[in-house]
Amino acid sequence: MTTVLKIPPSLDDRTFELVLEQLAPVPQDEKILLDARHTRWASPYGLTALLTLAQARAERPGFYAPESDETCSYWSRTGFFTYASELFELHGAPHHSRSGGESDVLLEITPVARSEDVHEVVGRIQQKSQSILTKELNIDAKATMGFAMTLSEACQNIVEHAGRGGWVAVQTYRWQKRLGRRVVVIAVCDAGVGFRQSLESSPNHRESDRWDDGMALEEAVIRGVSRFRDPGRGQGLAGVRRYIGRWDGKLSVRSGTARIAIVPSWDEDVPLQEGLPAFPGAQMQITIPERVADK
Amino acid sequence: MINHIDLSSVLRRTVCDLYSDLVTRPTGKAVRDGIEKQLAEIGDRTLTVIDFSHVGLLDYSCADEIVAKLLMRYCAPITADAPPRDAYFLFRGVSDSHVDAIEAVLERHGLAMVAQAADGAVMIIGSVGESERRAWEVMCRIGRAAPVELARELGVDRAQIEAALDALCRRRLAMRFDEAYVAVGAAS
Repeated sequence: MTTVLKIPPSLDDRTFELVLEQLAPVPQDEKILLDARHTRWASPYGLTALLTLAQARAERPGFYAPESDETCSYWSRTGFFTYASELFELHGAPHHSRSGGESDVLLEITPVARSEDVHEVVGRIQQKSQSILTKELNIDAKATMGFAMTLSEACQNIVEHAGRGGWVAVQTYRWQKRLGRRVVVIAVCDAGVGFRQSLESSPNHRESDRWDDGMALEEAVIRGVSRFRDPGRGQGLAGVRRYIGRWDGKLSVRSGTARIAIVPSWDEDVPLQEGLPAFPGAQMQITIPERVADK
Repeated sequence: MINHIDLSSVLRRTVCDLYSDLVTRPTGKAVRDGIEKQLAEIGDRTLTVIDFSHVGLLDYSCADEIVAKLLMRYCAPITADAPPRDAYFLFRGVSDSHVDAIEAVLERHGLAMVAQAADGAVMIIGSVGESERRAWEVMCRIGRAAPVELARELGVDRAQIEAALDALCRRRLAMRFDEAYVAVGAAS
């Protein structure tokens, strides 16, 4: 039996939850088919999360590509179909090449599994990000190094903790409805062990009455706790928090059945959501908005 | 003896000759091992200039592995796990973005170091008490000095300045020569 999961017309960190809600009752080894024929748009989070969803399944899922040529063409340029073809049985996928020179794809979907991949990602983002961050997002030129540092630390979370490879993508776009400004978005998604299991592997770990995915996220993201004994560990996410604080950005991390967010004044997200449909690994999104002149 | 270590050369030699960014923990560890190997080949009491001038990006993980762990090893109290030698460090060519990462990791460990910017200005980065910072700044200005001179300059008593100088020497921010002291970075 194959269960069809409908991909929403607009796929981002919020609407991906609708996909996971459909997935929740489906046994792990049952065949699924993701129907994205009516999908018109996807954020970097949406695309990388789709890849991790396929990675997490016992049987290779099917995938109906978007019917819109424009959407398919754009997804091709992000590199989505390059990796999707390895993970899904693709139906209706385009034969477009991935080149296209689209300036809003700052970093095409890139696999991250080893330290060398992080070097590659950081090298590529520095070449492309400086002019876009300064000219389009009005972010101080000095901040572009911090942006690359943030990206590096987010990717290292996969290398150090996930136990399997994941993906990163970076894109800028105009967030008309929610913000009315341009944003740059980093998405880093994996289907690895997730924060709770990672922290449980620490020799210092002591379970409390309320030990769950939400608490594990609070420990790691807010308090900088790591599974390693080394007191220098846990600084990466602290650095990410500092950067988004400085640039009025947003950080959200989903792991297991919970999602934590550092919410800026321009957003109405909740700091912690629990009881979400279970999904392996960790899915992180960092959003930096365009700077506007102080009133 | 003054020793010079170019971090970008160590990076290319120990990790990959195509890299110019210091990112990831494995990279940081390999670079620190390279630095320690060089330190092991030189004399007992050394001032080592660790040069960041040709380093692009430095992330928190690498800053922790290279700077914090190096200082922790050489600033350890004299015990069974004593530092391998009487080594002092001056970090040269440190940019604003490097400072962001370095400052964060040093403060987490309660460490401090002397950095020299591209224009030659020296500063202490990290966690340091006010009396130690003031003593270091006066030593930078007047050069080699005895405690009595420093106490006079700062308007404090001898016990106070000796406590500050002990702390600076222990933290590798100043060097003692007989009865006088010199700030690391004062005459670089």
